Amino acid sequence: MTEPAWTRKDLLGIGELSVAEIELILNTAESFAEVAERPVKKVPTLRGKTVVNLFFEPSTRTRVSFEIAAQRLSADVVNFTSAGSSQVKGETLADTAKNIASMAPDFVVVRHAHAGVPAMLARQLECGVVNAGDGAHEHPTQALLDATTIRLHKGRIAGLTVAMVGDIMHSRVVRSNILLLTRLGARVRVAGPRTMVPRGIETLGVEVHHELEPALAGADVVMMLRLQLERQSRTLLPSLSEYSRLFGLDAERMRLAKPDAIVLHPGPMNRGVEITSEVADGSQSVILEQVGQGVAVRMAALYLLAGTREARS
Amino acid sequence: MSRLLVRGGRVIDPSQGLDGRRDLLLEDGRVARLEAAIDARDGDRVIDAAGRVVTPGLIDIHVHLREPGQEAKETVASGAAAAVAGGFTAVACMANTSPVNDSRLVTELVLGAARAAGLARVHPVGAISMGLEGEQLAPFGQLVAAGCVAVSDDGRPVMSAELMRRALEFARHFRIPVVQHAQDLDLSGEGVMHEGVASACCGLPGIPGAAEDVMVARDLILTEDSGGRYHVAHISTARALGLVREAKARGLNVTCEVTPHHLLLDDRAVTASGFDANFKMQPPLRGESDVAALVAGLVDGTVDAIASDHAPHTRDEKALEFQAAPFGIVGLETALPLCLDRLVAAGILPLARLVELMSTGPARVLGLPGGTLAIGAPADVTVIDLERELDVVAARFRSKARNTPFEGWKLRGCAVATIVGGRLVYERD
Ligand SMILES: [Zn+2]
Repeated sequence: MTEPAWTRKDLLGIGELSVAEIELILNTAESFAEVAERPVKKVPTLRGKTVVNLFFEPSTRTRVSFEIAAQRLSADVVNFTSAGSSQVKGETLADTAKNIASMAPDFVVVRHAHAGVPAMLARQLECGVVNAGDGAHEHPTQALLDATTIRLHKGRIAGLTVAMVGDIMHSRVVRSNILLLTRLGARVRVAGPRTMVPRGIETLGVEVHHELEPALAGADVVMMLRLQLERQSRTLLPSLSEYSRLFGLDAERMRLAKPDAIVLHPGPMNRGVEITSEVADGSQSVILEQVGQGVAVRMAALYLLAGTREARS
Repeated sequence: MSRLLVRGGRVIDPSQGLDGRRDLLLEDGRVARLEAAIDARDGDRVIDAAGRVVTPGLIDIHVHLREPGQEAKETVASGAAAAVAGGFTAVACMANTSPVNDSRLVTELVLGAARAAGLARVHPVGAISMGLEGEQLAPFGQLVAAGCVAVSDDGRPVMSAELMRRALEFARHFRIPVVQHAQDLDLSGEGVMHEGVASACCGLPGIPGAAEDVMVARDLILTEDSGGRYHVAHISTARALGLVREAKARGLNVTCEVTPHHLLLDDRAVTASGFDANFKMQPPLRGESDVAALVAGLVDGTVDAIASDHAPHTRDEKALEFQAAPFGIVGLETALPLCLDRLVAAGILPLARLVELMSTGPARVLGLPGGTLAIGAPADVTVIDLERELDVVAARFRSKARNTPFEGWKLRGCAVATIVGGRLVYERD
């Protein structure tokens, strides 16, 4: 089977990708994962190219992951990590886009608290744009790295039962994962308190649970979400201990899943809130592997987008 | 004064139950004669309305003209020009200007600007509370004496039940309606679009329909207790409309209006547009079943008026990402064509009922002169060509603003002549 060519200028979300495109990224990422095994971890693919990391929301780990990915491809990296700063100063996104364009980068990796910002920048910029998380909308590279991690352990996605647990409403990780996993044929369950699961999410083809136990029963993959502690001050949760009591994953509950089930978490973890250390550091946890897969997936994304740029110029 | 004869048109006047071919003579700013055939005299200006529809001047009871204070978005003059181009002979403008219309001085300023523009009639709506702050009642008596026709904190809901109660009671002295932007701010929270399947799937924060419903329910109880006169602005949910329907059946003095966008678009349009801020307004585009209920409300008489909630913003403001952009879209120049094409031509709403919802109905809601072609009524007339095709091109709007979700729509039917006080103030070439 010949692989389809990658023709997109940008990587904005899983929602716009075909199954073939998703598989192309996953396969490419697998070959880049191998680069990490080498003593010299650099390939010259993006030599002379510039990647701008434009983070309007603080996220050290995602930014660092993109930075390492770009460096392993021999690209130059410029970081703009300004939590909301330019927006606060009143600079519009259009102004920001013009400023970036004047630096003539090859890629912009953007993280923003508002949905649709990467797509807006993509419309205004000639360079490739990668969505590194926009509001509660999408976080495509996270879903892709979760998928490569799952494939590494399970050999496939189709037919697996995946349970995602936590704040479903405010999670871009969940939305991208639902789109990706259902598209590749997994059975997806979401579970969380009623205050954090939006009605209507089932139209995306997922089973909705408001109790943890049935969501875990017989699962192949358990994906715990980070509880956004800052939201807790509002009316969604009475307390962290209440949340933990209802939806925290401990070793006992983990026994409800399949014996060979794996546990994922996009990080950073709130140990003792959504997950106990016993599970997070246990034999079924693949949380640290996700970090490594993150670099490979981001290398794959930049590599494929670079191919599009080559073809266009 | 000169005379204007509108000849040969199909006259639809819901106030008289009239739908038939008539000649209409306007003299000294009043309707002088409405008869099967009227001969023109020397010096009469004649408008040939053969093949066209002649209606009482259309009235939009919910617009934001932004003057004073936000003239980059719109002015009274540019808003009035947009109004007459859209077929409206009169508009009621909301009080959320800067400064707020909570005093005689602001009311007089708006009326002065409207007189200078000399286009549509402009009826200011005064504030319910000083500075729209929801605390102290504005001086309704002074505002009405200066020319206000209603009170509203529109743009901001009256969150205090106590303030709403007192407003309903006090407004009775002046026989004016209290117009509510019904939205419980605690429930709407950080929301930017309707809370439903579309918001669940795309992750934008939602505004539940209940935010409107609980406010309307509360206000109807207060209306009943106060014996006041209550009007729901831009009603958008099936349940709020149902509450109004029940309240009317119980004899409460309540009315409501609905906007063209809430009748023609639902929340899926937000995601389909790729989060275009021109699809962001308050209340938000609701769910499919809400839209169906609103349309049913037009047909069964629950809805009293169609109003545009014309809310101009600058290009820069609407160029922001969806979550950061301000709420609101323009509507004066698209309201009539949208309704003619998508409701009347589509066979959903009889033409005479649409005319009622856009002229007689709104006049009744705010107790305005007009909305009728009865002898002696103000000579405000709209001439409509049902066949005239119109492409929505925001760049050609007379409004200063371009923020419409209907860009590129091809519509059939629009106003071709607008007459205010017997003067032809707009003619489509
Ligand atoms: Zn309003």
